[in-house]
Amino acid sequence: MKFTIGWLKEHLDTQKKDNELIEKLTNIGLEVESFENLSSSLDSFKVAKIINVEQHPNADRLRICDVDIGLDNTVKVVCGAPNAKKDLLTIYAGPGSVIPKNSMKLSVSKIRGVTSYGMLCSESELNLSNESEGITELTASKYSDKIGKNFFKSNTEKVVDLSITPNRPDCLGVRGIARDLAATGVGKLKKILLKNSKNNGSQKIKVSITKDKNQGCTAFGSCLIEGVTNKESPKWLKEKIISLGQKPISAIVDITNYVMLDLNRPLHAYDADKIDKEIIVRNSKKGETFEALDNKEYKLDEEMCVISDKSGVLGLGGIIGGTRSGTEINTKNILLESAYFIPRSIRKTSKLLNIDTDAKFRFERGIDPQSIELGLSKAAELISEICGGKISNFDIQQTDKHEKNKIKFNISLFEKITGFKVNDNEIIKILTDLGFEVSKEKFQLDLKIPTWRPDITQPIDIVEEIVRIKGYENIETLEPEKTKIKDTLNAQQKLFHFLQRSVASKGYFETVTWSFTDSKINKLFKENLKEIKIVNPISSDLDVLRNSIFTNLTFYIKKNLDRGFKDISLFEIGPIFKDSKPGEQLTVIGAIKSGKISRLNWNEKDRVVDVFDVKKDVIQTLVEAGYDRQSFFVRDESPSYYHPGKSGSIYVDKDEIEPVAYFGEIHPNILKKLDIKTEGLVGFEIYMDYLRENKIKLKDLKTNFKYSDYQKSERDFAFVVDKNFKAQDLIEIISSIDKNLIRSIKIFDIYEGENIPQDKKSIALNVTIQSSEKTLEESDLEKINKLIISTVETKSGAKIRS
Amino acid sequence: MSDIKKIKDDYLNKLNNDLNIESLNQIKTELFGKNGKISNYFKKLGSLPTDERKKFASDLNSIKNELQVKIDSKLQEIETKEINSKLENEKVDVTLPEREFIRGKIHPVSQVIDEISSIFSEIGFSVEEGPDIENEHYNFTALNTPDNHPARDMHDTFYLDNNKELLLRTHTSPVQVRTMLNGKPPFKIIAPGRTYRSDSDQTHSPMFHQVEGLHIDKDINMGHLKGCLNYFIKSFFEVDKIKMRFRPSHFPFTEPSAEVDIGYEIKDGKIVIGEGDKWLEILGCGMVHPNVLKNVKLSPDKYQGYAFGIGIDRLGMLKYGINDLRAFFETDYRWLNHFGFDPLDVPSNYRGLSR
Repeated sequence: MKFTIGWLKEHLDTQKKDNELIEKLTNIGLEVESFENLSSSLDSFKVAKIINVEQHPNADRLRICDVDIGLDNTVKVVCGAPNAKKDLLTIYAGPGSVIPKNSMKLSVSKIRGVTSYGMLCSESELNLSNESEGITELTASKYSDKIGKNFFKSNTEKVVDLSITPNRPDCLGVRGIARDLAATGVGKLKKILLKNSKNNGSQKIKVSITKDKNQGCTAFGSCLIEGVTNKESPKWLKEKIISLGQKPISAIVDITNYVMLDLNRPLHAYDADKIDKEIIVRNSKKGETFEALDNKEYKLDEEMCVISDKSGVLGLGGIIGGTRSGTEINTKNILLESAYFIPRSIRKTSKLLNIDTDAKFRFERGIDPQSIELGLSKAAELISEICGGKISNFDIQQTDKHEKNKIKFNISLFEKITGFKVNDNEIIKILTDLGFEVSKEKFQLDLKIPTWRPDITQPIDIVEEIVRIKGYENIETLEPEKTKIKDTLNAQQKLFHFLQRSVASKGYFETVTWSFTDSKINKLFKENLKEIKIVNPISSDLDVLRNSIFTNLTFYIKKNLDRGFKDISLFEIGPIFKDSKPGEQLTVIGAIKSGKISRLNWNEKDRVVDVFDVKKDVIQTLVEAGYDRQSFFVRDESPSYYHPGKSGSIYVDKDEIEPVAYFGEIHPNILKKLDIKTEGLVGFEIYMDYLRENKIKLKDLKTNFKYSDYQKSERDFAFVVDKNFKAQDLIEIISSIDKNLIRSIKIFDIYEGENIPQDKKSIALNVTIQSSEKTLEESDLEKINKLIISTVETKSGAKIRS
Repeated sequence: MSDIKKIKDDYLNKLNNDLNIESLNQIKTELFGKNGKISNYFKKLGSLPTDERKKFASDLNSIKNELQVKIDSKLQEIETKEINSKLENEKVDVTLPEREFIRGKIHPVSQVIDEISSIFSEIGFSVEEGPDIENEHYNFTALNTPDNHPARDMHDTFYLDNNKELLLRTHTSPVQVRTMLNGKPPFKIIAPGRTYRSDSDQTHSPMFHQVEGLHIDKDINMGHLKGCLNYFIKSFFEVDKIKMRFRPSHFPFTEPSAEVDIGYEIKDGKIVIGEGDKWLEILGCGMVHPNVLKNVKLSPDKYQGYAFGIGIDRLGMLKYGINDLRAFFETDYRWLNHFGFDPLDVPSNYRGLSR
């Protein structure tokens, strides 16, 4: 909402300075976006001083001037004027300026080989006089302290730009803003003075509002103005329209616009001669069409509120008029419309047809239904004043009287909500100034709500009015109480934070990427999940919700590889989506690692990242989070985007149905499809939702501290097993032989090749044996030794390697 | 007696020479070996007359000890020398780089969420979360923003179906609704999370983060709201004083509503929070609208309280001098490295929020 202070003062009698008014506006909830001059094309002409003059090397009649243009800036300007001399004060136009005389736009240019930044202007070039000999000479006494300042005084008034919240349609007119300001005490709201011009004769065009279902119009006021001469608007009106950055069109259009901006009272002017007999306000029929003032043809649906005549639709009520009945410069007779349309109906129609107009914006928020007559009076008066013509009586059709709504307001609610007190008389004054009719009954106010405030429907709205006008600075700042109702984080949230920092501590950079992604990449990772399309994506390559964290991670790892990075570790913790319903999402950690370990290192041999790097990271993370490594179970099954032979899934327990994590090399096909160039790409995923809370709390585990001081013994074994026999199973077999004695099992060698049959491999392991009851004797050790060998041989078909 | 004295003197002399470990062992053998000179005297002790024996034994023992001590110290001397000369050959260039280590980073958004959680934890708030996909009821209608409300236009919503029933939440406020529907008052929660609007330019990103706050009890008023936010802003920016301005505004789900500005100035091209005469809008808040309370089956006559919504990314930008919002989500390795935080930097009350 834009207006000038001068305009505001037509409604507000105030002695306050502009800045005080501006501050007040913001303090009462009418946020000032800006308060400045509309920039003018004349702003680029500056007072300047020539500080040095040199002859142009390639042209006798040209000279090169060093020109002081203020703020410690000097520029070089090539000038042909004979009067250009040192210390002359003149007018400088920089590159981009438009010379008033010939509308030429200046740019930095080379004149005979010397670059000139702008030009020094003659009086004639600026339309100041006909003097075209030489550049303007300014008197030192008047201009010597103005170097760098604009030469032309800005004659446009400063414009206030307010951002009006959708609940305040009344402030879409200057009068509403003035009323709010007056309520704060900065001034008085002036009365609207209407010249009591006499209206003659009846309004001859019949108007009716049909009783259709969901009729969008409840009141339609009109008057006829006969014998007008439409013309250009007078200067004052043009200036008003221009000062708000709009374009004057013709007196009649400008006047209706002016009344709309002034009183937030949209009007519509019809060329009365183009109306076929009568005006019927009715619901549209499906398939009806009309050409609107935006020169588009609209095809209507049912139940849209239209203004029509005998021949058909004239316009969409409260949204846009039609070309058939529009006023033109030669229009003689005008029918002026001032109506009330129901916001819901306006919104529905404009959404369906996708039309946005100033009128629609206002009616959608709610226009004062009681302003119909005022709008007609004000506009008709101006039209007859400027364009002549005879004004008819006003014809007002209405199906709803739009009486003021009433609220009972318990005064104590104010303090209950805001925490501070305002005395009753002040409350009554504020509300009265805002246009409420107030009567007090003990601790209660009976209020009649002004019809321009559709936003006020219940007592809390009254609290807001009072505290807003009184000022939010009156609210106390109460020290916060530290009482806690429950733990800050629940178990799952604690786990989230723990895992996040645990993964980062393994050398991964955390990233945050969109929850949506490119469906083409998503297809590579979605497995059997449903694709969830966004109906209105921001761009075609962000068109679906992600089914996997890897979609974006692989995309961005490629971007970083393309930037020249090689060894990258990235992870993200966040949602992936299973379906398009609330809650159908999982919280997943995805981590990815490219390139090599120890690249270009003087004391360690480099190697490509591999499946066991990520296996370490994921297992360590889970162990740090409190899960027992001993009960983990690894399967060689994983989603299809992993390398089928170099990936696996982790179950916190053998009996669990869902794996909590996957790890492995990313499938080479994916690297190929996404054109990812790296020596190696590995990753892991942790599904937080499948990680159950540990049954035994860490604090309870701590209290149970047991250890053995008896001697430990270590024994090495090498078993020859089938090539596809899993190390995990071998460890499981050995450790279950005697959980009390066998303390740890370490695999220290895997061997295939010479001396081993082709379909076999040798697994060498070291077993630590320790009792918690006694020092084991050689015979005990020999016994367990034998047991290990025999058990492994029977259970796995392995052979001890001799 | 003189014989053993001589042996002693001779060998003490010898031991004063520069010896290596072999020659020292040689001397040891010569003295204390099976046929060593001192050993032989001990063997002879038994054959001496009783009166001489005692004195001789005592002399012999003291000589033996003297020599032994000398030998031991010599041995230590030689060993030290040998270690020293060995160490000299083992010297490495310690200025060579250490073994490689890699250091991970926490994203600034996560760090800021942890900072926020830590601050609100201090004043008794707990953390709630809600789904990223919402239905229009929780995102709008229950929040007093019915279908025909113009405020809906201000949210450029991503929809997941043509009926506009399912959407990506445009703010974290639906968590308020879910929390109040699923629990019993009092409520004292914050809800950080991802939010989405189909808007993209230098200062808008189609995904961003908000934290919702909600405190509902029997007598929570606007003074508590002011106090809570004042505490939060001061703690977050780690300054003693903050200039704060509450401006009336409008949100469908709160009334009265306010926008909060904080004072700042530009010093050396950087934003300094808490001083200066410029205002920066940082959050929206207000008293929860009675219609919202009714929608979650709470009686507005019994319960009241405040809610607020803060842009997390923006807070992070202000605190850590990040200029471009879009960079948060572009996964530039250099950016993550620069603006990321060490995983050990867990914001907490006792260690402080930031280093």
